[in-house]
Amino acid sequence: METVEVRTSPHVHGAPSVATIMRNVVYALLPICIFATYQFGLSAVALIIVTTLACIFTESFFNRISGTSDSLGDFSAVITGVLLALTLPPGFPLWMAAVAGFIAIALGKKLFGGLGFNVFNPALVGRAFVQAAFPVAITTWTPSLTAARFTEFIPSTLTFPFAVPAAVDQWNAQVAVDAFSGATPLALSKFENIPTDTFLLLFGTTAGSAGETSALLILLCGLYLIFRNMLDWRIPAAVLLGAFLTEEAFHLFDSARFPDPWFMLFSGGLMLGAMFMASDMVGSPVTPVGVWIFGLLIGFLTIIIRLFGGLNEGIMYAILLGNAASPLIDAATQPRVYGVTEAKIFGKKVD
Amino acid sequence: MLLTFTNGVHPQEFKSWTNNSPVERLPFFADYVIPLSQHIGAPSKSLVRKGQYVARGEKIAEPGAYVSVAYHSPVDGVVSAVELAEHPGGKMVPSIKIKADPFSSQRLEKKPIDWKSLTKKEFADHLQNSGMVGLGGAAFPSHVKFAVPDDKKCDYLIINGCECEPFLTADHRVMAEYPLEVMRGIEMLQYFLTPKKTFIGIEANKKDAINILQLEANKHPELAVEIVSLEVKYPQGAEKMLISAILTNEVPSGTIPLDGGYLVSNVGTVAAIAEYFDSGKPLIERVVTVSGSNIKRPANLLVPIGTSMQELLNACGGFKSSDFGDSARILLGGPMMGMAQKSLDVPVVKGTSGVLALGVLEVPGRNTFQCIRCGRCLEACPMFLNPSTLGLLAKKGLYEEMLEENLMDCMECASCSYVCPSGIPLVQSFRVAKAVNRERKVA
Repeated sequence: METVEVRTSPHVHGAPSVATIMRNVVYALLPICIFATYQFGLSAVALIIVTTLACIFTESFFNRISGTSDSLGDFSAVITGVLLALTLPPGFPLWMAAVAGFIAIALGKKLFGGLGFNVFNPALVGRAFVQAAFPVAITTWTPSLTAARFTEFIPSTLTFPFAVPAAVDQWNAQVAVDAFSGATPLALSKFENIPTDTFLLLFGTTAGSAGETSALLILLCGLYLIFRNMLDWRIPAAVLLGAFLTEEAFHLFDSARFPDPWFMLFSGGLMLGAMFMASDMVGSPVTPVGVWIFGLLIGFLTIIIRLFGGLNEGIMYAILLGNAASPLIDAATQPRVYGVTEAKIFGKKVD
Repeated sequence: MLLTFTNGVHPQEFKSWTNNSPVERLPFFADYVIPLSQHIGAPSKSLVRKGQYVARGEKIAEPGAYVSVAYHSPVDGVVSAVELAEHPGGKMVPSIKIKADPFSSQRLEKKPIDWKSLTKKEFADHLQNSGMVGLGGAAFPSHVKFAVPDDKKCDYLIINGCECEPFLTADHRVMAEYPLEVMRGIEMLQYFLTPKKTFIGIEANKKDAINILQLEANKHPELAVEIVSLEVKYPQGAEKMLISAILTNEVPSGTIPLDGGYLVSNVGTVAAIAEYFDSGKPLIERVVTVSGSNIKRPANLLVPIGTSMQELLNACGGFKSSDFGDSARILLGGPMMGMAQKSLDVPVVKGTSGVLALGVLEVPGRNTFQCIRCGRCLEACPMFLNPSTLGLLAKKGLYEEMLEENLMDCMECASCSYVCPSGIPLVQSFRVAKAVNRERKVA
């Protein structure tokens, strides 16, 4: 008799809990981590471990000093850590990765009040910080599938804190199986107008950030989450559609100068960003129309930055800008209430 | 393509436990408790004193106001007390307690009423005096519902056979076993309301009921009843959702369906109305589904109003686990909108469509997290509200600001709480907000 609960309805629940969703996102990221390890060896493993631990420790440190309850159980810090590692170059110095992890959680999340209150995707806040702080290290790429990748680190990985990372150009030349220029497909396309085969982009045997190389694998991992009803398919779909349409317009305009839209879709961090970062629920709009606008905007901005910005990759800033715009998008796209003829836009009633 | 409304949720149905079990008549027990406010509206006034002998079907309480109904004794027996007793809603309310006469055969004489000779007014009076209320759960007095004012017109009569709450199969069985009564009830309502069109809306998971009613409808082409198969989705049975599904029209905010010419009635009520006019039997019993993972023998029972829940559960073999401590929750009604009970010492009332004993698996404990702005609630809300924003306002106690976010359009279907991955008690806080706003308005 004592254990009968008296609560108000509903008495059943249908959605997976936040912790379950987040845990499954971690599962979905594991194959990508494994592939990164296969490609880049010890350095990738170390990078993933360091950023994840940095995020966990930062989360738990801030929980302690702010006296809030333990929030590690929601797995969101782990996701931030893993995602952060996957967006960094495989040879990124570990101490810089730790700084990125700390900034991601501290500035990106905890300062705003923790999970649910952060405006920006924490992993990208961390990455944006190190992009500004260590511009050389974050654009230093190393070849994949080197012979000794499971026995030795990429030289820059073990840089002593505050020391200048070892130059890897020479090392690159030594270990590269074929003539490796040290450039990612996007850089090749942008600065040297050299296209990369779409097949290579899908399977990911190119240079790039630790976890962004295989578009196909990322797509499959994302589909797992979509299938489990743990990821809103509309956001990745809108991002990819936005990028495709924008690039297609430019490509039609001048196909010699602007690459094929399929190349844009499968290269760089677009797939990883669309699947796992733009779709971060906290930073995206809540309204059904809003998520489409948000996704299309990110896709559009990514291409614009890639084509006309100083950098060859634009997904990170595109998502951060999208995050910043999402409250505005929400305010403009509030649903029309059933039985009410006028919708409210920016809090005002319009016909 | 099945018709339906926009948004909503798909809870697991659990209907197969009882949807093929024919309705069984529950035997008579010793004690009955008839609360005098089982309906929406003013409490009724007792007409009996302690010690008085009452016959089955005899009027024991009269309406206390216009929005109020009569009550009748469910058994031949003696009034043992007229006093406060616990109501399933949690309050103590004036109730009539009756001890059944153990030597009575509990027979009820058939006294058909010549309904075709009645005026609209007399028809409504009959409904009020038969104690008729909506049997779908809300228990709104039927005579008020079917009293169409002169400036309004019932163009569309919609009979609600959706039964979208999980577990419940009472309406399903009524449709499958009493198709004649359903059609008779429609005939009567058509006679007094003269609608242009009559629909019966049924969720597609009740194929047998749809077929049986279709056969019955074919026998009465003059009634021109259209049976509409609807997608299985919660809350399909909500008035506004049913209207949207069948007629693709919305009911404007702040108006009632009748303003737009729609009248929606639960199918069980329609059958009960037919039974009253054809046999003279007032509303003294109803079909109740007893189900849930902790019930030994789930069943659909024809239960006299006032039967204690304990007796009902005993009739179904009791709880699976020896002590009912293993039941996580005992509910009156469905799991989405039903009321949790703290004791089994409450009676079945007119609005009781089901009694459920749910196990821990069905009602798992939930951790709550902050809102992660996933937007699932916006896509669940059939009223297109923004439960996420409403929830944040409720958390801060900004109840009046919630009115601007259309709080009063919320019909408390609980779809938002059902889908919330953060386990935020959204609909629960909206109920609190509504109550607080109501009180502030009064004060």
